[in-house]
Amino acid sequence: MIGLAVTLVLVAVALLSLVWTPYPIAVIDVPGKLQPPSAEHWLGTDQFGRDVLSRIMAGAVNSIAVSLVAVGIGAGIGVPLGALAAARRGLVEEVVMRFNDFTFAFPALLSAVMITALFGPGAVNAIVAIGIFNIPVFARLTRGAALSLWQRDFVLAARVAGRGRTRITLDHILPNIASLLIVQMTIQFALAILAEAGLSYLGLGTQPPNPSWGKMLNEAQTLMFLAPQLAVFPGLAIMITVLGLNLLGDGLRDLLDPRLRRLR
Amino acid sequence: MTVTAPLLRVEDLTLDYTLPRRRLFEAAPRFRALNAVSLQLAKGESLAVVGESGSGKSSLARAVLALERPTAGRVELLGRDVYALALGPLRALRRHAQMVFQDPYGSLDPRRKVGWIVAEPLDALEQGVAGDERRARIAEVLESVGLKARDAEKFPHEFSGGQRQRIAIARALITHPDLIVADEPVSALDVSVQAQVLNLFMDLRERLGLSYLFISHDLAVVRHVAERVAVMCQGEIVEEGMVEEVFRRPQHPYTRKLLAAVPRIGGARRGEPAATAAP
Ligand SMILES: Nc1ncnc2c1ncn2[C@@H]1O[C@H](COP(=O)(O)OP(=O)(O)OP(=O)(O)O)[C@@H](O)[C@H]1O
Ligand SMILES: [Mg+2]
Repeated sequence: MIGLAVTLVLVAVALLSLVWTPYPIAVIDVPGKLQPPSAEHWLGTDQFGRDVLSRIMAGAVNSIAVSLVAVGIGAGIGVPLGALAAARRGLVEEVVMRFNDFTFAFPALLSAVMITALFGPGAVNAIVAIGIFNIPVFARLTRGAALSLWQRDFVLAARVAGRGRTRITLDHILPNIASLLIVQMTIQFALAILAEAGLSYLGLGTQPPNPSWGKMLNEAQTLMFLAPQLAVFPGLAIMITVLGLNLLGDGLRDLLDPRLRRLR
Repeated sequence: MTVTAPLLRVEDLTLDYTLPRRRLFEAAPRFRALNAVSLQLAKGESLAVVGESGSGKSSLARAVLALERPTAGRVELLGRDVYALALGPLRALRRHAQMVFQDPYGSLDPRRKVGWIVAEPLDALEQGVAGDERRARIAEVLESVGLKARDAEKFPHEFSGGQRQRIAIARALITHPDLIVADEPVSALDVSVQAQVLNLFMDLRERLGLSYLFISHDLAVVRHVAERVAVMCQGEIVEEGMVEEVFRRPQHPYTRKLLAAVPRIGGARRGEPAATAAP
């Protein structure tokens, strides 16, 4: 499974950067700035002479941590809300979905600005902002998929068997939408990496001198003609990660489907 | 006739569905799917319900098993009003009445193994049955519908339509119910398989003393599984009686129309007149 391999390498690199990077990530070496890739600096150096490979490795930690927690918040709150709305209908559903619309009305960027205005900039606030933005995505997806499942005969059969709504949700609804949710999670994870990059560019996310792929990408913008590799490498890192996650999502979906399991 | 309460008694059951409102400030329109339906079933007796599509047969099935809230009327199972019961006692009552659905592809959760599916009513309604005893009950019920004990380890997609319906029947039987509500249980199956599954229904009834509320739009099927038949039309029972009687001398014009539409499948069985009794 390519997706799994890519994701594992990414995680390994991120973990490695916590204890070791080829060069210290924050040491400025102005005379050695903007070097092209070489034997000493595999991916070259940036406008302050810092090693790009080291910063990409360390940036992986930020990108992964922020996205993971943000998607975790979104799915952790959104999925139960959506499942609850589908199981209870009526007033509960109405309240959940209006709350959802309310959250959805605030784009991630706007809520990030608001949160920053209240609590100051930083990675944690970026996490919260992206996380909140993810809640309605998961709530809607879950509710929609769950509603159609509640009409199915096997759910009716579970009701004839005397199962309650909570138990049916856990036994039948969630397992049947798990693959859908996992695919959506990998998509949201990729989006979160991009969102974190965007927020860091605005100075609302990861704060210097901590590296983040988005920050690197955007710092490279002004040097596009002088040193295009500075934009290419973090861009590639984001692309490979997003691609790997999507492949992982597809692979997991197939793995979770008993109908496909025999075919491999 | 009987001193004890009948197995099932349905009295003036009326069920309205609320449809989505067409305009914001208009009252939501309602559709009457069941209109004052009454019927009775003694233990061991079987009743077929026939009627064309949309006549309310499935609505009746769901209402009898307390899956819809009726607008009016009552449903009594073993003498107890199912819509007046609290959750606990209703659950206790569910052991005695189970259901078989029309579409064996939709009634089995694709993500659960057959053993889990079949045991669901057991796990929910007879707490404390576990381990070897549970495994034995699953094996027993699978074998009673003509499947093998080791089929419990497989997933539904590994079975054919007819086998899946056997799994659904096994699930309905595992709590040893008195009543099985079967909503068109053979109409989604191949004609060749229909006969096998019908035979299983007849066989099980004989062996276990079951009562069926057997829903069908196919009159040819009815005479094999029930001694009485109720004819439904637009949410009402327009005629009810012994199967032979209704087939020989249909009283209601709607019944005559239904009978006229039946192809002669096994009509000459036991030397009786063909099902097309109407002119
Ligand atoms: N949940 C629902 N909401 C609104 N209307 C419904 C609902 N379920 C059924 N109906 C309507 O009630 C009527 C009776 O439906 P029902 O499913 O009981 O008929 P049926 O006799 O089982 O038909 P079929 O032979 O096609 O299964 C139909 O007109 C149907 O459109
Ligand atoms: Mg029906």
